[in-house]
Amino acid sequence: MEAFTTLTAIAAPMPKPNINTDDIYPAAGASAVARNMPAEAFGSQKHAGANAFSALRYDDNCAPIPDFILNQAPYDQAKIIVGGPNFGCGSSREMAVWAIAGIGVRSVIAASFGDIFFNNCFKNSVLPIRLPQGEVEELLAMVSDPAKSTLTVDLRAKTVTGADRKARPFEVAAYYREALLGGLDEIAATSKRLDRIEAFDRAYRAERPWLTF
Amino acid sequence: MTAHPQTLYEKIWNAHVVEQLGDDVFLLATDRQLMYEGGIHSFAMLRQGGHKVLRPSSTLAMLDHSVPTKDRHALPEATILRLEGLRRGTKECGIPYLDIDDPRHGIVHVVGPEQGFTLPGLVIACADSHTSTHGAFGALAFGVGASETAHILATQTLIQRPSRTMRVELRGRPHSAVFGKDLALAVLRAIGAAGGVGHAIEFTGEAIAALSMEGRMTLCNMAVEMGARSGLIAPDETTYAWLKGRPMSPTGDAWERAVAYWRTLPSDPGALYAKSVTVEADELAPMVTWGTSPDEVVEITGVVPDPTEAPDAGARAAWRRSLEYIGLTPGTRMADVSVDRVFIGSCTNSRLEDLRAAAGVLRGRRIAARVRAMAVPGSAQVKAQAEAEGLDRIFLDAGFEWRQAGCSMCFGSANDSVAPGERCASTSNRNFENRQGQGSRTHLVSPASAAAAAVAGRFADVRDLV
Repeated sequence: MEAFTTLTAIAAPMPKPNINTDDIYPAAGASAVARNMPAEAFGSQKHAGANAFSALRYDDNCAPIPDFILNQAPYDQAKIIVGGPNFGCGSSREMAVWAIAGIGVRSVIAASFGDIFFNNCFKNSVLPIRLPQGEVEELLAMVSDPAKSTLTVDLRAKTVTGADRKARPFEVAAYYREALLGGLDEIAATSKRLDRIEAFDRAYRAERPWLTF
Repeated sequence: MTAHPQTLYEKIWNAHVVEQLGDDVFLLATDRQLMYEGGIHSFAMLRQGGHKVLRPSSTLAMLDHSVPTKDRHALPEATILRLEGLRRGTKECGIPYLDIDDPRHGIVHVVGPEQGFTLPGLVIACADSHTSTHGAFGALAFGVGASETAHILATQTLIQRPSRTMRVELRGRPHSAVFGKDLALAVLRAIGAAGGVGHAIEFTGEAIAALSMEGRMTLCNMAVEMGARSGLIAPDETTYAWLKGRPMSPTGDAWERAVAYWRTLPSDPGALYAKSVTVEADELAPMVTWGTSPDEVVEITGVVPDPTEAPDAGARAAWRRSLEYIGLTPGTRMADVSVDRVFIGSCTNSRLEDLRAAAGVLRGRRIAARVRAMAVPGSAQVKAQAEAEGLDRIFLDAGFEWRQAGCSMCFGSANDSVAPGERCASTSNRNFENRQGQGSRTHLVSPASAAAAAVAGRFADVRDLV
């Protein structure tokens, strides 16, 4: 996994609450873009960016919808999304993270996230940041001005800083922070603990003889 | 023995902690996994990293999301790709796989319980958010991503933060035409689509004690719509009676030992929850969603709400957007809203009891001329049982299509979709924009309410029909 340390980039405001994973990565029949994707491209990590927000981003002729924020300069260059509460709710599809990563987004800031989406972000070097809704609203107001749309996310210092120069601290579990900073291969790391896992399992099953598989 | 009273969630969590990896992050052992064709991405990750599957027998795989529910002799290219990917991956790794001609195949969240693969006290994961369904048995079950699935297959563990605990108590006994689905929608109305974020919700109370296993599965299925990764219900006699004799359930002495253990799982008296909510179930009417978020719910006797009465500016804007998309105006009585399509199916509501409830409304009736309706059993076994009872005849005689098992129109899968602008009374779990097909307008209801809507050609109070 690619390491994440600091990121200074345009942030796009998407204040609607409950932006769900169907919005972020529409199902096969849910947009013209999704319908037109070749069978082997739909659902693949490599092509996920093409389908990002496609029902909102493109019309029935697959032409960009000018009103959609990620189609407008400077937000078409956004690497950060400032979102409404419960961002990424809905399904577990990791394609939702692949999709935003596929269009260059490396961090999402919101008051709360869908739990599965939140975890999936860390597996793909995308940093989800929880801030109080009041601070998210300050950021939304600020980045809505194209002249003030650049934010800096610093994972080492655990701060988000905008045009107002105010460093807003955020919390992230130490394990996930280290994993992102170091670009950890999680399966390889856990595989080093297999002896311990198997010992745990033997003791666990000895007490539960009804678990035969 | 225990230092302090524990909740059901805490008991299962604590029994599965292999190691603490840092502040609030744990290596958690998983017991069993369900897989469907979404798993092909995880197989690719394992191949890429050169990892082996640690315990293949702990996973059960089948095709559900993209399997057509009719005309299976001519599978679409996308289905063939996924089907072959799943066949290949499961074969390479030695994972048990139920193919689409296997009499046990169906939707993972229907088949897991049906086969007795799902048991109380287990940690169960699947790369699908509705894995919360299995919590109905007192298991800790949750959706995971493709990367997490690969991690589980390679190590039988998952890196997790514990959820906070939340209790939702459903007081009183609901009307006989108010089902698990209506309870789920009533809870959503009470706590909102983000009400359970970061929490595992345990459903308790008289209405839960009286609820069937099928109703419990429907309710836990929709815990994820409440923002919670997991929903749980303590196992009880209803649970044990339902599981006993299932093909993969323990037998004989092992069964007795298992039940003795399961009896220790319910939350201890005095156990503390981070959050508690009470919903009065006894006066609830059948529920229906009016918008594009599953918490945008009214009683069937209610009207489309007015955004000017929304609690805050954010909700006001969201309600306006929902109404614009769904094509309804404030003040309209839900019972005056006509429907074009009716879908009875999905991992939320496709079990035998669901089909019986709908058939009970449809018996001797015809669906309205304007309506196209379909019933899609959740598994081949549900389909066979329903046919043995003659339910298929009731659906067909009423004018429904009767399909084979699969996820179908829950998300516009395998060409089962709602056309742009069409309105669908659906027993599925999500009324999101474009969910059932581009421009589809989805209203979530129980199977009985869906049947009532099919007959009336508009939303109707099923209490008047039973």
